[in-house]
Amino acid sequence: MLVLERRTERSMVAMVVSPLIAITLTLVTMAILFALLGKNPFSALAVYFLDPLLDSYGLQEIVVKATPLVLIAVGLSLCYLANVWNIGAEGQFLIGAVCGSWLAVTTHGTEAGAWVLPAMLVLGALGGALYAMIPALCRVRFGASEILTSLMLVYVADLLLDYLARGPWRDPKGYNFPTTAEFDAVATVPLLIEGSRVHIGALFALAAVAIVWLVLSRTIKGFEIRLVGAAPRAARFAGFDSSKMVIFTFAVSGALAGLAGIIEVAGPVGHLQPNFSPGYGFTAIIVAFLGRLNPIGILISGLFLALTFIGGEQAQISMKLPLDLTRVFQGLLLFYVLACDSLVLYRFKWSSRSASRAA
Amino acid sequence: MRKVLIAAAAMLVASVGAASAQGKTKVGFVYVGPIGDFGWSYQHEVGRRELVKALGDKIETTYLENVNEGPDSERAIEQLARAGHKLIFTTSFGFMDATAKVAKKYPDIKFEHATGYKRDKNLATYSGRFYEGRYIQGQIAAKMSKTGTLGYIASFPIPEVISGINATMLGAQTVNPNIKVKIIWVSSWFDPGKEAAAAKALLDQGADVIMQHTDSPAAMQAAAARGKFAFGQDSDMIKFGEKSQLTSITNNWAPYYIARTKAVLEGTWKTGDVWGGLNSKYVVMAPYTNMPDDVKKAAMDTEAAIISGKLHPFKCPIVAQDGKTVECKGGANLDDGQILSMNYFIKGVDDKVPGAK
Repeated sequence: MLVLERRTERSMVAMVVSPLIAITLTLVTMAILFALLGKNPFSALAVYFLDPLLDSYGLQEIVVKATPLVLIAVGLSLCYLANVWNIGAEGQFLIGAVCGSWLAVTTHGTEAGAWVLPAMLVLGALGGALYAMIPALCRVRFGASEILTSLMLVYVADLLLDYLARGPWRDPKGYNFPTTAEFDAVATVPLLIEGSRVHIGALFALAAVAIVWLVLSRTIKGFEIRLVGAAPRAARFAGFDSSKMVIFTFAVSGALAGLAGIIEVAGPVGHLQPNFSPGYGFTAIIVAFLGRLNPIGILISGLFLALTFIGGEQAQISMKLPLDLTRVFQGLLLFYVLACDSLVLYRFKWSSRSASRAA
Repeated sequence: MRKVLIAAAAMLVASVGAASAQGKTKVGFVYVGPIGDFGWSYQHEVGRRELVKALGDKIETTYLENVNEGPDSERAIEQLARAGHKLIFTTSFGFMDATAKVAKKYPDIKFEHATGYKRDKNLATYSGRFYEGRYIQGQIAAKMSKTGTLGYIASFPIPEVISGINATMLGAQTVNPNIKVKIIWVSSWFDPGKEAAAAKALLDQGADVIMQHTDSPAAMQAAAARGKFAFGQDSDMIKFGEKSQLTSITNNWAPYYIARTKAVLEGTWKTGDVWGGLNSKYVVMAPYTNMPDDVKKAAMDTEAAIISGKLHPFKCPIVAQDGKTVECKGGANLDDGQILSMNYFIKGVDDKVPGAK
């Protein structure tokens, strides 16, 4: 019979091949679903995965959608590599947006100069990092599970944003609707391509990918992160402080999530409103794992996930396929990725019954 | 090989696209909720289906549901514009800025935004005078309540909701000048869990008629479970409370969608702001049920009076909570601008508008 046997070391081939198998399995399953719905599976898959790639508008929108996902996921990958479980990037994303927006709201309608936007970005990153310090310090000082505390703080951030947008920061000319005034030009993220929605946030995402890649592959700090995560005992013997690592990774991922938050608000949204995030902080967790916690991988998986969102919309428009199918697709993808990951640590082996019993 | 595959796929897509066009005018809809919410988005979907029934031989419709009001909305609207839709309805307030941005980019496409206030040459707005139905509900509620306390589940303190509470109380005060209302703000349009919890809390506090300005039938179910009365919202919710629903304010968008689509087909579409009420059948009362005949008759009389224009819910003088009489800009009644920007409670409401200074 077929049994799973633990590999003595991680298989490099499987590391590369397993996501490809996962994507193939997802595509096959989706094709079957399309066929069951009475649609031509090939044209449906083409609408999902090729249409957005074939025109410049689709490509631009993929970049817009992937920008916050990649920024957040790159930061999260540092946490997860170090075995630190920051689940609350969504909260840090929202607090970053709130902190940066504070400046946009207070300088609204004044003669403030070009310094506003850079200052907003700094405030956003700082806000996200400080907000991430709460679960980090609770873990280091009291041993509280950062999974729970960081997750719960998402709701706190959500309610704070809600309060501000409905109360003190509400646009006085906005008929009591819960949104701030539209940000001034000096508080808006400039566009990279005129006439599109692609903004300079995309450059920040690329820079984050490059820097994290350099840190991980070329520096002692990168080695330390991976060692603390993979072999905490060995890391202790090497003199690496795991508490400092918790604080460091939370600070970096919080800062990147906060930066993504303020860029999103000062860019594609243009004002602060409740519920402006479609859950980027949570989707970024999928992006991080789909990209195998590797910066380059995250860049690819962020773009890929953005593609499924935009393709999903085009499928709704041109083939009248239900939105739920996009959700099913994303669920399937994650399911197959996790399933295929077992191939990295295990391998299939034919064995007779007695042999397996002896083992 | 790869290039061939891409080319083949592209041709497939192109042929699919060409087959579906057939010279029909495309009309797009963007919904904030799922079409299965039995409330706000569902009623827009009903309107779309009626539109297809009426003009299906000349048009083709598309909808995008569950569209987030943040950065995704602009893309969703633009995708419809790029896919060749000539008329696009965006059906939630939160789509306002995104609709305005896309409308600027596509001057040849007509946009229609529900419940907003930003307009353009190719961007019209539309909404319903729901306060008219609220006034009738207030009268019914005051007659049906034994405790003299109404329970009101509110979403957000925007003018539409505040004017709804005021209209309810103005109607109720014609029956019982000492009527009380307890308000719970759930900070959501659609959250069945919170809505049900709010309904139970209101009943526990002595309210015996539940009204809601949220979209799910959860409050109706909660009232039904306790054997109390309630009003539905957006759609006829009688199946969620057969013994409880007194009536429901239902949103009937079909006449508007059909009229505006016809205007596009005939080339007579003009921007504007349409605010239709009981009179134009944009707001329709569900059957008056579970009440004695005299209450039912009074409700129908009030409805007829509003339709004929004899009765206006915001008839001057209106006295605000602070005891001051509100300036009457519309002659005998408050004018539309005053109702659309209402941010104060009238006398008799013991609550405070959240966020008000």
